[in-house]
Amino acid sequence: MLTQALFRALDKKAVWVIGIFLAVAVLVPMANLLIPPGQFGHVPTYLVSLLGKYLSYAILALALDLVWGYCGILSLGHSAFFALGGYAMGMYLMRQIGTRGVYGNPTLPDFMVFLNWKELPWYWMGFDNFWFAMAMVVLVPGLLAFIFGFFAFRSRVTGVYLSIITQAMTFALLLAFFRNDMGFGGNNGLTDFKDILGAPVQAQSTRVILFAATAIALALSVLVCSMIVNSKLGKVMVAVRDAESRTRFIGYRVEYVKLFAFTVSAIMAGIAGALYVPQVGIINPGEFEPGNSIEVVIWTAVGGRGTLIGPIIGAIVVNLGKSWFTSALPEFWLFALGALFIFVTLFLPKGIVGLWKQIFGARRKKAEEPAAPTPAQSADIERGEDPSTFDSVQPRPAE
Amino acid sequence: MSKAQDTMLYLNGVSVAFDGFRAINNLSIIVRPTEMLAIIGPNGAGKTTMMDIITGKTRPDAGDVMFDGRTDLTKLDEAAIANLGIGRKFQKPTVFESHTVWDNLEMALKKPRGIFAALFYTPSDEDVARITEILETVRLLHRKDEYAANLSHGQKQWLEIGMLLAQDPKLLLVDEPVAGMTDSETEETAKLLREIAKTRSVVVVEHDMSFVRELGSRVVCLAEGAVLAEGSLDQVSANPVVIERYLGR
Repeated sequence: MLTQALFRALDKKAVWVIGIFLAVAVLVPMANLLIPPGQFGHVPTYLVSLLGKYLSYAILALALDLVWGYCGILSLGHSAFFALGGYAMGMYLMRQIGTRGVYGNPTLPDFMVFLNWKELPWYWMGFDNFWFAMAMVVLVPGLLAFIFGFFAFRSRVTGVYLSIITQAMTFALLLAFFRNDMGFGGNNGLTDFKDILGAPVQAQSTRVILFAATAIALALSVLVCSMIVNSKLGKVMVAVRDAESRTRFIGYRVEYVKLFAFTVSAIMAGIAGALYVPQVGIINPGEFEPGNSIEVVIWTAVGGRGTLIGPIIGAIVVNLGKSWFTSALPEFWLFALGALFIFVTLFLPKGIVGLWKQIFGARRKKAEEPAAPTPAQSADIERGEDPSTFDSVQPRPAE
Repeated sequence: MSKAQDTMLYLNGVSVAFDGFRAINNLSIIVRPTEMLAIIGPNGAGKTTMMDIITGKTRPDAGDVMFDGRTDLTKLDEAAIANLGIGRKFQKPTVFESHTVWDNLEMALKKPRGIFAALFYTPSDEDVARITEILETVRLLHRKDEYAANLSHGQKQWLEIGMLLAQDPKLLLVDEPVAGMTDSETEETAKLLREIAKTRSVVVVEHDMSFVRELGSRVVCLAEGAVLAEGSLDQVSANPVVIERYLGR
């Protein structure tokens, strides 16, 4: 059963994407470690970490695409799951500091000593164990998404209303994590990490391994997403996106389909956050910022939603742009991002991937295979579907 | 409940109001197993609302809705009702446009509807044979790999009927199946529905009188949410009240 699903997942496109990122996981570390600095082809360590950050963003964008591009759930709170995964990793890293903190307390992180706390809160227990922390990276975002989704989807909250409550969710978490007495370091968050699994976080070799781990995690995420979207469940997800109530009438429980996609997506986002934190060296409540979630939506839209490679390209391209812009013209970045989003929405509804297909696909097999309708077009179908109820309550025309 | 026995669909005293407007008013209709029933009536007569009530989209304010003589439909939601064996075709053809014709039928095919069952589903030889058979019945075999968006209006109607067949329901609710069809397509559709009604119950809502005549079934005329007349098409269309309220002078 699983082997058949795996076999279906490994279509030509997915094999390419997975292959590329597995190659990246090997080649970039080699270019860093084997080619001496200054020589052509050397990748400096700071760049390895920067690329690792981009790849963790790519996992986040892919996670959003699974719910938005394939299932039509526009989540504007996905960075909440990302940040929760990041906090779980951050808590592990905090516990690894031990007596090397400023106050030298063997169990309490510095900020707790500073707040005059005497013992570790219960929810910090167990985070000194790497595997417990990794389990939390998966469980906490997954459980939050499951509970949130269970109530939201069961009550049939859809469209813009759902987007708004996801945004409210991340904003509520932002405010909560800002509070010092929550016990997550308040405003400053968690930082000053020393070791991960006994290896110093700042060391070149650790950074290279973290990068490779991120690239492999991205390849695995592509595999999982490909398995889902190529299955019958994936087709049902697209059906939910295009004509939700129709899908109900052929007997699928739309709320469970959405719940599945949302939970899997949140877990992927959590893993992305956990890989992000040791590479940037800090996690603070700023990661819950509603604007961050919206940026993820923009990456996905720019790359091309409803495809597996699109969000990855989008996340990398937009963040390369951001890195360049914020050093060259820092005050214009948000304007550029907004303009980009408007441009993509108006002129490239299928993103970079759609443009690529238009240019190269059309040339290859002209008129042979008509294009699939875009999600935007099919959204009209859903809207047009239900005037039936209207029709029946209309008063009879006067004769 | 005794009256509900040996019926496929049993509506008794059903009423529903939207913002004070009584869309369905003390409606009672019975459909027997393997019976075809045509429902006619003016706009706003409550035909589609009746379908919404049967399929769980709208909850009635009062009345009984029983399926197969024993299941109370007012307590169930759309998916549960669909899985009991009630299939619905909408007024406006709604197929999944970004899927191929084949995938549309594969999704509709009667199979476990659970998440993990769908995730690990691989079509068996029987499934492939069944889908092929349905494609032949609705004459879309040659277009099986096309996106449903690229079908003509009439073909979409047929694909939707094919999806109904794939669900293998005991009761089919068919809302205006021949809207936008050519005469020959209409004729074919009537033939197909008569064929289906040999083994299942079928309820057809239609405005097209020549089509209703071809169905040759019992006819119910609705108006203002209640039954106005009932009988053969000739009886119903000879009824002076029906002429006055619906057929026009």
